[in-house]
Amino acid sequence: MLRLENVSAGYGTFQALFGVNLEVRGGEAVAVIGPNGAGKTSLLRVISKVIPLNGGDIAMEDKSLADVPAHRIIELGIAHVPEHRRLFPRLTVEENLRMGAFVNGARSRYDERLAYVYDLFPHMKERRHQLAGTMSGGEQQMCAIGRGLMSGPKLLLLDEPSAGLAPVIVQQVFDLVRRIREEGYTVLIVEQNIQQVLKVVDRAYLLEVGRIKMSGPARDLLENDEVRRAYIGL
Amino acid sequence: MEFSLTDPFLWETVIQGLLFGGVLALLSLGLNLIFGVIDVVWICYAELIMLGMYTIFFLYTHYGLPLPVSFAGGILMVAALGALLHQLVIRPILHTEPINQLLVTGGVLFFLQGLATMMFSVEFRNIGISFGSVEAGDMFFPVSRIIAFVVSLVAVACLWLFLKKTYLGTAIRAISQDRDVMPLMGVSPRKIYLVTSALGGGLAGLGACLLVMLYDIHPAIGLTFGPIVFMVCVLGGLGNMFGGFIAAFIFAEFIALGGFYAEVEWGYVLAFVFFIVMMFIRPQGLLGTRN
Amino acid sequence: MDSSTSRNATILKSVCLAGVLAFPLIGFSDYVLHIAISILLWGFVYTGWSVMGRFGLVSLGHGAFLGVGAYGTTMLWNHLGLTPWIGIPISVVAAGILGLLIGLPCFRFRITGHYFALVTLALTEVARLLIVALRDQTGGSLGVTPVGMVSPEEPISIYALQFASKYVWFYIMVAVWLVGLLIWRAVDRSMLRYAMEAISQEEDAAASVGVQVTRTKLTVTVISAAMTAFGGAMYGQYQQYINPETVSGIAISLQIVFAVIAGGMFVQLGPTVGAVITILLGEGLRLGFGHEFHGLDVTIYGLMLILFIIYMPRGVLGKAVEAFSAPRARPAAPSAQPGE
Repeated sequence: MLRLENVSAGYGTFQALFGVNLEVRGGEAVAVIGPNGAGKTSLLRVISKVIPLNGGDIAMEDKSLADVPAHRIIELGIAHVPEHRRLFPRLTVEENLRMGAFVNGARSRYDERLAYVYDLFPHMKERRHQLAGTMSGGEQQMCAIGRGLMSGPKLLLLDEPSAGLAPVIVQQVFDLVRRIREEGYTVLIVEQNIQQVLKVVDRAYLLEVGRIKMSGPARDLLENDEVRRAYIGL
Repeated sequence: MEFSLTDPFLWETVIQGLLFGGVLALLSLGLNLIFGVIDVVWICYAELIMLGMYTIFFLYTHYGLPLPVSFAGGILMVAALGALLHQLVIRPILHTEPINQLLVTGGVLFFLQGLATMMFSVEFRNIGISFGSVEAGDMFFPVSRIIAFVVSLVAVACLWLFLKKTYLGTAIRAISQDRDVMPLMGVSPRKIYLVTSALGGGLAGLGACLLVMLYDIHPAIGLTFGPIVFMVCVLGGLGNMFGGFIAAFIFAEFIALGGFYAEVEWGYVLAFVFFIVMMFIRPQGLLGTRN
Repeated sequence: MDSSTSRNATILKSVCLAGVLAFPLIGFSDYVLHIAISILLWGFVYTGWSVMGRFGLVSLGHGAFLGVGAYGTTMLWNHLGLTPWIGIPISVVAAGILGLLIGLPCFRFRITGHYFALVTLALTEVARLLIVALRDQTGGSLGVTPVGMVSPEEPISIYALQFASKYVWFYIMVAVWLVGLLIWRAVDRSMLRYAMEAISQEEDAAASVGVQVTRTKLTVTVISAAMTAFGGAMYGQYQQYINPETVSGIAISLQIVFAVIAGGMFVQLGPTVGAVITILLGEGLRLGFGHEFHGLDVTIYGLMLILFIIYMPRGVLGKAVEAFSAPRARPAAPSAQPGE
């Protein structure tokens, strides 16, 4: 479904990604793991064209994203749940979800999708009129993911969903990711929490200093000595 | 200085103040919208209204169009001006020092005023419509002021509904809270800013419709009510539409009562001094938040 | 700059100064002298504004100080017979105090940028409205003339500070203008300048290294207010007529800002260049088009201001200086945004 070929990207003079090759097939859950500063967030940001593509190509269902501006990416079925949640703090939960459905195609199915999201997150429904900024980190993360789902995406990009959350909440987040997967969503998830994420995805890529160092089935990476030593502390 | 609660002239003044407050509230709405969303102050806002007034005047008196059509023309004209202003003048300096916005719109102020002087000369024009007055007890209220007041309230309500209930309105509220995340929702910030500018212009145009019924038109009238509108906005908290609403009524009452007990200018002096003092007591405005 | 370049600069400046001083002797008409005097006077006023403006304290209300200077002096003379030699210092001090009164709360409460500009705007409008409201004393919107003490037989009154001859006024204004430039330079070379630059970059950091933020800002404000008031007083003495529109209110305040932006806010002679531009433009258009295109000058001002801010925020002179001197750090550069 999604293919990155030799992708290079960066911010101004600083290059974050060097010749990255990556693939996500329909129905899969893929993780990109790696240390801080590896370029994981940049990877998602170049897919959603928030940062420009300097080299190589990205194709979604064989359609090149090179000339697609950032605000039209979502029309192609890619929903990006950004790092740090980025909810609109002074809008209510429901208004945030509504913003997720802003894209033309999504508005006609707003009620249906809203019901679906509330079904996934019963807590959200209770808090539908609460200002998003007043919620806890975990609740915000749920809402952010829900907002991403409101557009009925083909591919969901999750940027470090467990960042800054207490372990118990982290568990809930990954359970949610598992559930979304089961519903058939294709997911590309970028994470620092390697142990948890590798249990939830099919395949993973290891990104270090802007380059793919290793890739393969999640189980393999989880059992790989190098990965374990460097990142899981064993 | 007499003060009698049963003095009908006093009550008449207070109510006139209220009516004027409604108009001021509408005028401040556009400015607050622009500032709240785009974080820009259009110093030339009053001049946009002035051009709207001239548009209505000419459509009505020279082209003989019916009044509602002239009003519509005025609103559309100023909405277009607002969008043009943003596209040509604001966008280039959007990410430079904030003072540049004040200065560049100051330039537009001069430009529009000069243009109006050249095109329309400095004679006072009046649309020449009178709706008469309505009597209540011993008090007289011009119908035009009552209409203006009602229209203002309706417009405020409509704007509120738009911002609260529609997708576009929600996006407009959202962009001031987190601009960079907007493209991820499929919203182009550039488009929203343009729409907001047009909306702000349209509100100014609506203000022009009201003012044209109440006052004469002159190229420099922007300088008479412009400062007041700014102060109302700042007093209420720049960007806060509800704050501006309240501040408008407070201001209007100061002006009305000041003018009642002394000459007209004293009302304004009082209002402006009140503004300065309030700035020291609460710099962020009545309902503003410190950022 | 090495010593030979600075010696050249001094020679150049002396030559120019000599040229300026010799200007009236060439035998120009009174009209031309009037233009020159206006340029010098307004150059001084604009320089006064730029003492604050260059550090980001953009005031849209300097009309208030102009008004205090002009009306203060004239009222004291007309109503109390107080000679301008005393009246002007009183007005200048009053303006300084006004600057303190407005500045102290603004700076203590960190009112800056938009809000500061709008507060100063309110101030100048208050000044203008007060002048109009007190019409019995001030003559209201019709304006007022200082009681005249000169006549063709007695063309000079030092006591009243009134002179019939434009030659005298020319040299007075040259002196005033030069003093303004000296004050500008004194501020530019003092610790005030570095302190203000630090403050305008990052106020908290400046405070943490011991810069007394409020006091520094107030000093700059008072200097600026005093200079402006002095200019207003001189204007009144020279023109022998003032009204609230020309010496107070938003219009003149904006004009001051425009002129400095056009000429160059960060360069010593920038405001003077701004005066040259605005005055020559106004007169040129008036002569060229008469009253046919009344308002054309204002339209052009506006257009120029817009273009200047967008393309030449450092003004005409600033741009020229930039082109000839070594590259320096630019003020906050625009950052790339993914679309607005």
